Amino acid sequence: MKPTIQLFKADSFSADEAGTLTLPNDTDPREAALNGIHTVQLQFPSFADGRAFSQAFLLRRRLGFTGEIRAIGDVLIDQLAQMQRSGFTQAVLRADQSIEHAQKLLAQYDAFYQGDAVDVKPHFATA
Amino acid sequence: MYQYSDFDRQFVQQRAAQFRDQLDRFHAGTLGGEEFKPLRLQNGWYIQRFAPMLRVAVPYGEINTAQLRVLARLARDFDHKEAHDTSKANAALADVPSLPDRCAHFTTRQNVQFNWIPLHRAADAMDLLASVNLHGIQTSGNCIRNITTDALAGIAVDEVADPRPFAEIMRQWSTLHPEFAFLPRKFKVAITGAREDRAATPWHDVGLRLLRNVDGDLGFQVRVGGGMGRTPIIGSVIREFLPWHQILNYLEAVVRAYNRFGRRDNKYKARIKILVKAEGQSFTDQVEAEYRDIVEKDGAPHTITQAELDRVSAFFVQPDLRCDRKSADAKIANILKAAAEDDIEFSRWLVRNVKPHQNPDLRAVTLSFKRLGSAPGDATAEQLERAADLVDRFSSGEARVTHEQNLLLPWVSCDQLPELWREARRLGLAKPNIGLLSDMIACPGGDFCDLANARSLPIAQALLARYQDLDELHDLGEIDLHISGCINSCGHHHSGHIGILGVDKDGQEWYQVTLGGSDGTRLSGEAAPGKVIGPSFAADEMVDVIEALIDTFRAQRQPAETFVNTVKRVGIEPFKTAANAVRVATARTPVAA
Repeated sequence: MKPTIQLFKADSFSADEAGTLTLPNDTDPREAALNGIHTVQLQFPSFADGRAFSQAFLLRRRLGFTGEIRAIGDVLIDQLAQMQRSGFTQAVLRADQSIEHAQKLLAQYDAFYQGDAVDVKPHFATA
Repeated sequence: MYQYSDFDRQFVQQRAAQFRDQLDRFHAGTLGGEEFKPLRLQNGWYIQRFAPMLRVAVPYGEINTAQLRVLARLARDFDHKEAHDTSKANAALADVPSLPDRCAHFTTRQNVQFNWIPLHRAADAMDLLASVNLHGIQTSGNCIRNITTDALAGIAVDEVADPRPFAEIMRQWSTLHPEFAFLPRKFKVAITGAREDRAATPWHDVGLRLLRNVDGDLGFQVRVGGGMGRTPIIGSVIREFLPWHQILNYLEAVVRAYNRFGRRDNKYKARIKILVKAEGQSFTDQVEAEYRDIVEKDGAPHTITQAELDRVSAFFVQPDLRCDRKSADAKIANILKAAAEDDIEFSRWLVRNVKPHQNPDLRAVTLSFKRLGSAPGDATAEQLERAADLVDRFSSGEARVTHEQNLLLPWVSCDQLPELWREARRLGLAKPNIGLLSDMIACPGGDFCDLANARSLPIAQALLARYQDLDELHDLGEIDLHISGCINSCGHHHSGHIGILGVDKDGQEWYQVTLGGSDGTRLSGEAAPGKVIGPSFAADEMVDVIEALIDTFRAQRQPAETFVNTVKRVGIEPFKTAANAVRVATARTPVAA
């Protein structure tokens, strides 16, 4: 997989307030007002709470949102590949995480089996 | 069986490399224990009482002999008790000297577990497994687990369609699914293609049954929200018929609804069964609406094409095997005549351990791993290797791990049954007890597991020792005895005709007994949890309690009636009275029924 997700560190990142919408992870992105929004921030209160993956999928794939989808909160390098595949384009890593190692992890797999928010077709349909 | 492509092989190797990196960072201190935990769990690594436990995935239970031999190597070279601190401080209730090592354990979900591999050798173990396309992907953790099926899949005489191609396609779909790796809780799928449900599908988060509609089209009946644990629930049918090519689109809708709405505030209420129960019809409506959106708005991206089904199905074509049935009959007759002592056992073995096959020249044979001196489902390195030899010689190199913790040989020529029986008996794997009381299911229990409240293995051993008389066992007929060391129900006690559940009172081991549970087979009746027969019993009362239940059955039984049917007919009262009569100790706090 080609790493495309943009990485930032929480201790040196400041969000551009205008045009940025932050959604709690129990909301339905289909009910959000996305007019004039260029970035949607989705939250990981804990890295083990996977609700934002479904939100990102719905935003990117179901709604066809073309702006940035940014992961914030307890964002760890071991979940980045999942995030990129679910439609996230940016991730603000927890301050103790290594961007350098993250790049390595993003390139660990050549490809995956199932279709996702970015590569829509499953492996069997592309081979 | 399915043959791994270069893509599949490389994927497993990349998974092993990914795990090695995670383990290295954990040991270096740059990956914290809490953060490492779900990563190791999703590779099958638990932390147990003495040592880590590794659960190796055996997708839908199919395994070849190269894989069996690697499991044997893992048992011999990695599964070492002496590598761990087994001092008293760690031991709790476990009787350390009696605990087996250098062995593998077949689980109810058709996987294989090891109890003594040190964590520092975990990455090497995964590399070794990857050499034969084995791994621990999603055998634990809050994700879609290994998909299980009927051990007779593709050979059962009552089959509507072979579930294995679908199980394989679902394995691929669920493997490292980006959206569903951090669900509220674990998620188990079982699939059957036969009229008889041998995969306990109503007890799963998703239970799938292949069937044909009135037009003759193939599809799935979809059940959602079954599960054991503290709140045993039978899954509800939310779709009577779903065309087969839509199954991934539909599963995506089910799991997305669960990921979004499943409870995350309470571990014991986090399974999908609680959501389904709480939401009722509105859960089904939510899934159906999401499914429509996946099909209409997303363009049904996960639709299985006929070409893909054909490609995968081609791996599951039956080997072209024939046998000379005339000579088989003669051979069998000879054996029966030859040894008066043997013949009863051989004829019993033919009845209990040998099942009919779609190919009339073939049989499915179960090697019994329920024997005195070994934990139910345990196989030593030596036994795994010898079993692999039998599988090579008699079953085209393929075996199945069964839900009942045995090993099934799916491709045995009927004229080779006598030889196979002799060889299996030499290995102690020909006990003709399949489906009988001694073919019990048991979890590893408090000897190994940190979660367990009581030990399962000593109870299993004591009952195995008591019920060794084959005349008695055959006379009693089919009885499902299931033992779990705690309410997590890994030993499926809820679905046992007799269920035994370990409970902890004042730091002591007690056992709650249930009667009349069912896994959903025709023998057992509609899937249902058993009923508790009163306060729990002390460990040393358990053999007497089971004996009292069995004696009550004998007294109440009508001719040829099975245990579970007697329980259903007369109710639990006479059994309860008999069990209470042998009670000498009582737990101080009564156990809630």
